[in-house]
Amino acid sequence: MAPELHAEAGPAGSSPWRLAFRRLRRNRVALAFGGLLILIVLFVLAAPLWAKHVADTGPNETHTLEKIEVDGERREVVNVEGRPIGPVWLGAGGKYFLGADGRLGRDEMVRLMYGGRASLFIGFSAALIATLLATILALLAGYYRGWVDAVISRTLDVIWAFPVYLLGIALGIALALGGLKLGPLEIPSGSIWITVLIIGGIYVPYMARPLRGAVLSLREKEFVEAAVAQGAGPLRVMFRELLPNLASTIIVFFTLAVANAMLLEAGLSFLGVGVQPPDTSWGAMVGDGFDLLSSAPLLTILPGSLIFLTVLSVNVFGDGLRDALDPRSKVRLEAHAGLAEPEGTAV
Amino acid sequence: MGAFVLKRLGGMALVLLAVSVLTFLIFNVIPNSDPAVRMAGKNANPQLVANITEEWGFDDPLPQQYLTMMGKIFSGDVISYQGQEDVVSRIAEGIPATLSLCIGAALIWIFFGVLLGYLSAVRSGGLLDKALTILAVAGISIPVFWLAAILLNYLAYETELFPAQGYVELTEDPLDWAYHLVLPWVTVAVTLIGLYSRVLRSNMLDVMDEDYVRTARAKGLNESQVMRRHVMRNSLIGIITLFGLDFGALIGGGAILTEAIFNLNGVGQYAFESIENLDLPPIMAITLFGAFFVVLFNALVDIAYAYLDPRVKLGSATDG
Repeated sequence: MAPELHAEAGPAGSSPWRLAFRRLRRNRVALAFGGLLILIVLFVLAAPLWAKHVADTGPNETHTLEKIEVDGERREVVNVEGRPIGPVWLGAGGKYFLGADGRLGRDEMVRLMYGGRASLFIGFSAALIATLLATILALLAGYYRGWVDAVISRTLDVIWAFPVYLLGIALGIALALGGLKLGPLEIPSGSIWITVLIIGGIYVPYMARPLRGAVLSLREKEFVEAAVAQGAGPLRVMFRELLPNLASTIIVFFTLAVANAMLLEAGLSFLGVGVQPPDTSWGAMVGDGFDLLSSAPLLTILPGSLIFLTVLSVNVFGDGLRDALDPRSKVRLEAHAGLAEPEGTAV
Repeated sequence: MGAFVLKRLGGMALVLLAVSVLTFLIFNVIPNSDPAVRMAGKNANPQLVANITEEWGFDDPLPQQYLTMMGKIFSGDVISYQGQEDVVSRIAEGIPATLSLCIGAALIWIFFGVLLGYLSAVRSGGLLDKALTILAVAGISIPVFWLAAILLNYLAYETELFPAQGYVELTEDPLDWAYHLVLPWVTVAVTLIGLYSRVLRSNMLDVMDEDYVRTARAKGLNESQVMRRHVMRNSLIGIITLFGLDFGALIGGGAILTEAIFNLNGVGQYAFESIENLDLPPIMAITLFGAFFVVLFNALVDIAYAYLDPRVKLGSATDG
């Protein structure tokens, strides 16, 4: 199993986490893409700064009938045929750096930055929710086995059986129209949290299944028996004995889930059932740009490349993390196959 | 084996039942989605809405509505709310396009996935392996709809090398059929080629460490024989498993994005249009159709796996 199974093994001062960190530091490619990811995060974090000080407009402000001065020449933001202005770079002092986004004449650069916030936020929070739920369910099912396992596994089977996109679209449309009321939890329609919950929920079974398998096999190990013999209760065994041994696997799953969640968000928003207008995300921007594909291909290419680069850097960095944490583990393969499955269906 | 297959099929039926109930509930708890109001159209008056409600049984208790709809789906005479079309024949019309897309793409992704994964594993650690790994991860990271848009823009709109949209029947003109499907096939295949080559590569590297591979080398088999007879044969089991799951999911509505962008009028596109219209009968039918394939291929994979790998205990295989 994982190398950190018995942390006391090995020389003092080289805990498995430290060893993993050292291995990761030697992996130049993984570090480079980790750096790229940080750059992308900084780029989207800077959105309000750029909007306020450079572009002087918000992401949802329309400028349909306005004119701007580009290198001393007055140009329409949107011309009579409804075609948006292309990139003017610094010609207008940073305004419309990448042109306007379409008929409504919104600043493409500003929208790209704000849209990225939504994409990254949804990707990370959905992955976090999926990971949390999957871990808890896997611990419960693997620890108690019997009917608890049966109930959890069969419920997950039902979600698993839904074609991912059909379920995502169905829930997306249903909740976008009606909002969500779950007891005290109330989310208004159009909220970004709806997309987060849908995507997080969809990925739970894909992660819980392999984790449950790992718990089942860990549960047979002597250290669990020893803990039980010492009088440790279920909670203690699950969270103090089993969970630490799953940590490296969970971290790897999390990175894969971020990549997959971002792709699913992009797909759902592209179809119009993810992030709701006037808010946007990179996926939604590809969708908006798609209508202008032949006249203004940049509106499609730019947000798409950002999704691609972000997902790529998450995947490469996650790969490096996996090699560093668990160089010989075979769990990784199941993980890859299991998690990539919904991605496979996302075409 | 027989009991195992039966148990698996029974489980399948239960899962499908649960899927249908869940789908029905999702679309019945949406507020402001009274199908009678939507069907009455713009000039709706209360009397018309009441008539439609009465005629279609929208005020029946939910369980009864559910049973009525399931009965209609299974007897094949289910009618959509929008435009009152025959749902089963609409789905049947979409099947050739969806199957053409999925089968063609599957051939491409299996061929290239296995080829590239094999080359990568054989040259493991070398330059070719590194290059192929980068390509594979890039393939896995591409948003499918975006790839489709890029292909459309550069290969269809700007250069007109390929037709932009539409589906041509195979029986009508096989060449034109393939010509129209090249871009959709590539779109679907790219991600999966990346995934499969990666999975095959790691499977092969794992198998190469096994004792029987060393034995095979020791008894004097040359490298290509070792690879083909021992390493590949065992590594492909994992690929077959994965293929079953992916192919089932793909037919079961996984190709929605590709179908919609290339306007292929397949089952996936019909699903998307129906969901947009909150048109419950086709949504139920297509979801069941899709889930059927997902579950069927899951079961087939389990059964095939138990057959291919005698070490699998049948009892535990049913637990996934």
